[in-house]
Amino acid sequence: MTARAGAAPGTNRGGFRAMRDRVSALAAGHRSTTIIVGWIIVATALPLLMLLPPFSTFQNQKLWIDGFANAGVFILLALGLNMVVGFAGLLDLGYAAFYAIGAYTYALAASPTLPWISLHVPFWPMLLVGAAVAAMFGILLGAPTLRLRGDYLAIVTLGFGEIVPAVFLNADKITNGTNGIGGVYKPDLLGYQFTLGNPLPYYIAMVAIIAVVMIFVYRLQDSRLGRAWMAVREDELAAASSGVNTVTTKLLAFALGASTAGLAGVFTAAKLTLVSPDQFSFAVSFTILAMVVLGGMGNVWGVAIGAFILYTIQSVVLKQLNPFFGEKGLNVPFLKDIDFVQYQFLLYGLALVLMMLLRPEGLFPSSRRKRELHTEQDENVGDELGPDPSSTPMEQT
Amino acid sequence: MRPDVVRVIRPILIVAVSLVVAWFLLGGTQQFMNFLTLGAIYALIALGYTMVYGIVELINFAHGDLFMFGAFVAMWILTVPLGMTGAVDDPIRLIVILVVVMLPTMIFMGLLGTFIERFAYRPLRHAPRLAPLITAIGVSFILQNVIYVLFGPSPVTVPQVFPLTRFDFLGGKVSYLSLFMVGVAIFLMIALQLFVSRTRLGRAMRSTAQDREAAELMGVDINQTIAITFFLAAALAGAGGTIQGLYFGSVQFNLGFYVGLKAFTAAVLGGIGNTTGAALGGFIIAFIEVLATQLGYSRWSEVAVFSVLILVLVFRPSGILGQQLGERA
Repeated sequence: MTARAGAAPGTNRGGFRAMRDRVSALAAGHRSTTIIVGWIIVATALPLLMLLPPFSTFQNQKLWIDGFANAGVFILLALGLNMVVGFAGLLDLGYAAFYAIGAYTYALAASPTLPWISLHVPFWPMLLVGAAVAAMFGILLGAPTLRLRGDYLAIVTLGFGEIVPAVFLNADKITNGTNGIGGVYKPDLLGYQFTLGNPLPYYIAMVAIIAVVMIFVYRLQDSRLGRAWMAVREDELAAASSGVNTVTTKLLAFALGASTAGLAGVFTAAKLTLVSPDQFSFAVSFTILAMVVLGGMGNVWGVAIGAFILYTIQSVVLKQLNPFFGEKGLNVPFLKDIDFVQYQFLLYGLALVLMMLLRPEGLFPSSRRKRELHTEQDENVGDELGPDPSSTPMEQT
Repeated sequence: MRPDVVRVIRPILIVAVSLVVAWFLLGGTQQFMNFLTLGAIYALIALGYTMVYGIVELINFAHGDLFMFGAFVAMWILTVPLGMTGAVDDPIRLIVILVVVMLPTMIFMGLLGTFIERFAYRPLRHAPRLAPLITAIGVSFILQNVIYVLFGPSPVTVPQVFPLTRFDFLGGKVSYLSLFMVGVAIFLMIALQLFVSRTRLGRAMRSTAQDREAAELMGVDINQTIAITFFLAAALAGAGGTIQGLYFGSVQFNLGFYVGLKAFTAAVLGGIGNTTGAALGGFIIAFIEVLATQLGYSRWSEVAVFSVLILVLVFRPSGILGQQLGERA
């Protein structure tokens, strides 16, 4: 591991450095405000930026905004999974299950197309209900399984992630099976009805939800609970003997992570107005995990950016490479003849491998991890899924 | 009786009794043969997962896709260079053909596995633990889509070189094909077991799995050992793929995903890192699946498989035969 990763940044850049220090000191003092201001700036700048070339050659602004709203769902999911994997060090390979639970909770409560029930509970309270239901399932799954070590927990979550969509698929009397639940009611706010044709309200709502969740996550990270998570992640035994209740701590990580996925699920159901079991496959759990790892586990902004980058690559860039290199775009002689749509997942796989090979610690490793990489030099550096297994006494089971 | 005789006889008895019980539970020969063939496929793939995990602690998510890739390689060898279209009745010619298909497939897959290890996993050996997991996912995408680009999205037919003759056995029909498949799989498993337990390289593998640093200090070439492990794992996946193609008659680019997931479940169920456990787990998973189908709940077979997995792990977290090949899980 490079020892220089955490070296003191830019010691010779005088004025710029002083200004940056002042800004970051201000930001550190008012973190919640910074998040809100940051998101307002980002959320305003992004759609405007998309009016300019080269972005405007990809697709029109409305589609971009729609894409950003969908990317927001993944940012939310990545923030939630980051709490479980990044903060508490519990590898969850079935995170999409909680996303599915959130989505189905809303769809069951707000769709006229179900054969056995027809409710219309408004969207906003259902956001909280969806989060609560997902959290409940998080506890249900966590309670019996959290005593498992490292990768075994990962397998159990993977199994859970397979079971949940399969149940939604097979319980067709309740959930319409493969067809899914259609016609889910769209949200409305103070009489204003959200529509499919206009992605802007969804976009704004998404940004607001993300900002709130992010403030929440940051505050959690520095709270007693957040410190307990990190203690459990670094060394569960030491944490337990220092008085951390490891069971409650891990359960809360699971529950809070799940509730974030629940929020994302409710939002997706309301935005797509359709939920079906195939939206929550293993590939989704995969993708979210890749976003978290790529962004830099444990770093809240890093994870959000990682999610955004990966989503954009996957669903915008790779799909738009043809017009980009084509005659209306850059008109590159050789590249314009390749049908990139056919190769999009191949390129996605290559991108994942290359990004990991180039930056195994993620694009924006958290400052804590940078410090770890800086001080420790042995081969177990960065074993963030708990303590080094060879040096820890075996847990008796 | 002498203790070593007991040691040999006891497992044989256990296996025999379980097979009889399975035969009765599955309601006869038909489903029983399905169970054996499916179990053999799962076991071959599960062995790869367990070996790789045992030695580098990596859940090799691309392994299921190596299996799929192997199935396509075997299909290609059968159709293009051999030009097969239908059944081959001459038994000697048939055996030659099967050897000509299976051996190159296994060698090619082994080389591919080593290649992947060299370029996607080895550079990350000292990186944070999740990094190789993500590259494994990336490799899985790449393998799947190479096949997708080359052979298209729809299932591709594998020529049925085996004549569909069957013989009666305990009130049901058994095809020579499935008997052959199970035989090959069991032969490979025994060969692997002997390789790991008796040879010098096998000992190097076991010592690397137990403690890599100590093994290195004792003069074991770690890189070579890990490369060989990946070679063997991928070769077994290739053999599994060949069997899959011949038995089910068609292969598809996304075949590896679910089979891989189930085989991985099997490896965990048996106790990851333990080769006997992986084989056992493979047959258990296949049994659950076939039983669910037999009882008319085929749609719920996946739920059943994963529920059993969760229950086993909750009550016996190290798997059924856990912790023989290192304590690293």
